[in-house]
Amino acid sequence: MDTCPSIKNILLLDSEGKRVAVKYYSNDWPTNSAKEAFEKAVFTKTQKTNARTEAEIAMLEGNVIVYKFVQDLHFFVTGGEDENELILATVLQGFFDAVGLLLRGNVDKKEALENLDLILLCLDEIVDGGIILETDANVIAGKVASHSVDVGAPLSEQTISQALATAREHLTRSLLK
Amino acid sequence: MAQPLVKKDDDRDDEAEYSPFLGIEKGAVLQEARVFNDPQLDPRRCSQVITKLLYLLNQGETFTKIEATEVFFAVTKLFQSRDIGLRRMVYLMIKELSPSADEVIIVTSSLMKDMTSKTDMYRANAIRVLCRITDGTLLTQIERYLKQAIVDKNPVVASAALVSGIHLLQTTPEIVKRWSNEVQEAVQSRAALVQFHALALLHQIRQNDRLAVSKLVTSLTRGTVRSPLAQCLLIRYTTQVIREAATTQTGDRPFYDFLESCLRHKAEMVIFEAARAITELNGVTNRELTPAITVLQLFLSSSKPVLRFAAVRTLNKVAMTHPMAVTNCNIDMESLISDQNRSIATLAITTLLKTGNESSVDRLMKQITNFMSDIADEFKIVVVEAIRSLCLKFPLKYRSLMNFLSNILREEGGFEYKKAIVDSIVILIRDIPDAKENGLLHLCEFIEDCEFTYLSTQILHFLGTEGPKTSDPSKYIRYIYNRVHLENATVRAAAVSTLAKFGAMVDALKPRVFVLLRRCLYDGDDEVRDRATLYLNTVGSDGEVIETDKDVKDFLFGSLDIPLANIETSLKNYEPAEQPFDINSVPKEVKTQPLAEKKAPGKMPAGLGAPPSGPPSTVDAYEKLLSSIPEFSDFGKLFKSAAPVELTEAETEYAVNVVKHIFDKHVVFQYNCTNTIPEQLLENVTVIVDASEAEEFAELASKPLRSLPYDSPGQTFVAFEKPEGVPAVGKFSNMLRFIVKEVDPTTGDVEDDGVEDEYQLEDLEVVAADYVMKVGVSNFRNAWESIGPDFERVDEYGLGPRESLAEAVSAVISLLGMQPCEGTEVVANNSRSHTCLLSGVFIGNVKVLVRLQFGIDGPKEVAMKLAVRSEDDNVSDMIHEIVASG
Repeated sequence: MDTCPSIKNILLLDSEGKRVAVKYYSNDWPTNSAKEAFEKAVFTKTQKTNARTEAEIAMLEGNVIVYKFVQDLHFFVTGGEDENELILATVLQGFFDAVGLLLRGNVDKKEALENLDLILLCLDEIVDGGIILETDANVIAGKVASHSVDVGAPLSEQTISQALATAREHLTRSLLK
Repeated sequence: MAQPLVKKDDDRDDEAEYSPFLGIEKGAVLQEARVFNDPQLDPRRCSQVITKLLYLLNQGETFTKIEATEVFFAVTKLFQSRDIGLRRMVYLMIKELSPSADEVIIVTSSLMKDMTSKTDMYRANAIRVLCRITDGTLLTQIERYLKQAIVDKNPVVASAALVSGIHLLQTTPEIVKRWSNEVQEAVQSRAALVQFHALALLHQIRQNDRLAVSKLVTSLTRGTVRSPLAQCLLIRYTTQVIREAATTQTGDRPFYDFLESCLRHKAEMVIFEAARAITELNGVTNRELTPAITVLQLFLSSSKPVLRFAAVRTLNKVAMTHPMAVTNCNIDMESLISDQNRSIATLAITTLLKTGNESSVDRLMKQITNFMSDIADEFKIVVVEAIRSLCLKFPLKYRSLMNFLSNILREEGGFEYKKAIVDSIVILIRDIPDAKENGLLHLCEFIEDCEFTYLSTQILHFLGTEGPKTSDPSKYIRYIYNRVHLENATVRAAAVSTLAKFGAMVDALKPRVFVLLRRCLYDGDDEVRDRATLYLNTVGSDGEVIETDKDVKDFLFGSLDIPLANIETSLKNYEPAEQPFDINSVPKEVKTQPLAEKKAPGKMPAGLGAPPSGPPSTVDAYEKLLSSIPEFSDFGKLFKSAAPVELTEAETEYAVNVVKHIFDKHVVFQYNCTNTIPEQLLENVTVIVDASEAEEFAELASKPLRSLPYDSPGQTFVAFEKPEGVPAVGKFSNMLRFIVKEVDPTTGDVEDDGVEDEYQLEDLEVVAADYVMKVGVSNFRNAWESIGPDFERVDEYGLGPRESLAEAVSAVISLLGMQPCEGTEVVANNSRSHTCLLSGVFIGNVKVLVRLQFGIDGPKEVAMKLAVRSEDDNVSDMIHEIVASG
């Protein structure tokens, strides 16, 4: 199993280190608190670095972590100590660009949470159980988008309709208060 | 009035609008999940609810068994909907819930229907879900579809089936192995990732079949591999084949050309994989390394941090074994010292420290000083360790390196960092005699302002042992006595002990030390006062200049030859009585095996190329173990411990291996015994050694093992005396003798009566190579010249017909047991002659250098010219004798 490149986890955190969406593929962090501790360590270690133009890289607890930031979102991909760093970076770039495509360039925490279904599907299409499924952002985004709510409806309309739906929900909630 | 209200709303909105999941609550979402049961499904609403459930799970929320089951059953209802988006979320949800076996049955038919659907997306995802949740029995039902899916013309479907196959291989290998024909077909796929997944699966199916893997690699390296990922896999498999081939046959490296061609691939991922693979080849030659180093050097100046990191990390590893090969990159490395990414900078520094030569040390240190101030402690520790090994490599440079260490010791830093520095200084003081006084003063200055009690006490203890032996011990007293005034009780007590040591060892200082000690009698702390009283009364009386009794010295400052764990248990068992506690009743056996052999390879803290601390620690552990045994404590310094040799076949009743410890006048055999029978307890275990075929050896002492319970290794020792400094050789036959007692494995009760028994072990030999220690030299020519030709002995030998030149070279190296220098143990392919350089230290601390020149003629006849230089002509002759008799 060790000869096949494998991904230990993919993390999408916000600018305070809180989870937006995370996916673990290895058993290195068995409990939720172990996972949170790892996320905290990763976040603190990388927080001050500038990873906005090029993907950056760090080592932590015998893992290699590549990461990239945009707005208030922090993207991380973790692999084992001996993993080819450039493979990890390719996965990161695939995830990063696919999210950019799916969120139509408005990549920030708010947009990501409002389209969490897309983000989760995106994670699902990149890696399966640690094995890389796809790294081409266009293919990933294509697979995710083709599943979206209304078949055939163009993406732009969907976002509007989704925005309307969220607005409606907000309104009902504030009325009920 | 209205305005502030709006503003307040806005404020709240700012926070609230941030998350659509604000105030989300599990109970409420579970309630919402009831919409799944509606007869008229609203796909969008259902999708939203699933997203909320997934959000909760993602945030670490857990569902109880009942909640999970309810959600699962509700979700299965959603298969009625034909909405593709909703179906996709349903798949995701089922995977997250990982239902139990009896629940799986509910969705099986729906998923199987999707698996055979016309929609590619349904097929691909249904396969992934089903394979994730299924067990063996179900798999046989769907096997047919999976085989079809592997060769499906839609790449997404094929990949889904292949990746699922990789996962299933872990649980149900016998089924997946039946698919190899289809997988083989998929390897030829035109879709890049299908090829990658198929290759991964095919290799895993065949990984235990060397021949098949070798064939696979051979055919693919000639063909075309489309995806960079698949190419990386192929490189990994190729190196595996190379490695396995190297163990069975020597000679040319068959796939090197392929690896080298990958260095010209268009994907950086592949280039790097190939470069790294080349650097990790067994016994890689400089010629093989060069192209790989060249591409890595290009990466060093890349604009991408990931690329720079990957390259510098690999070069750092290469620098450990082939420092010369990396020196070409030094200029690029130096520019990386200022790299934004501190991991890269640290790796660059430590690489430079490894490749640097004596003349560049000073310049390098200057650069590092600037760099140290802005990196984190974890990186600093790596640098300190690198500097320590650099200093041991170039002892002449100790002054600037020691100064550097003392400077950083004064700067801010955490405990681990300070400890690393102090440890390094201590090691340098121990190994470089010139550095001692200077180093001790640095440590003294450090404890003047040290916030870590642990470090202060360690340093005080170290001062106590080393300080009195210096030329002017009196100058340390001030630093030590200051501690008594300024520090906490623990440090004060340690300072008192150190003072007393100076008093006991240096007679001239005794009166003055006594004055100081008497002042400590008024200390506020019990321990400090007790120690002062004890020392005042034992070390001497009334400050007269008399020599302190040797027994007293041993009692106060000698090392405790009893394991602390044992004395702790004995003290706990001791009940207050008339009879005082007798320290001689404490067993001296070490219960657990403290040796490094069993030590799991611990992960390096930062993985930043810290030098592996392998062999030295083993020797240290042995030395400690042997000196803790009173019978062997006066044998002097341990010269060498050989690697363990098995004396029993694998999987016999008792497993025994032996470690030969060589001393100047003695040889100690350490038998490591393991009892593998749960129903037995062995007592009084000894090894009866017959030394009739080893005339020069006389048995001196043996130390039996009192008891050997099941599966907890123990050691028994036999010591021999031999003529001093002579490399006596001989053969010993061994017999394990013991009393065996029955044990009831369920209760652990031992029967009282035992039976004496014996067990034949294999023979053991002491050979000449046991008296030579592998010690490398960095520059063989310089060392050779500096020893000079005074005791040079040259002779020629015929080695007879040999399989190959390489085989002859390695045979002579292992016969002599010396360290090959400058990579000369590797013989180039098809070469007709070879020169091999060896260095070592012979017993009695005599440095030996050997130059071997080999030649081979037509019918594989190997001839060898052996030139030895050493500091003693006897030793030079002895080396020749080893070869002549071997």
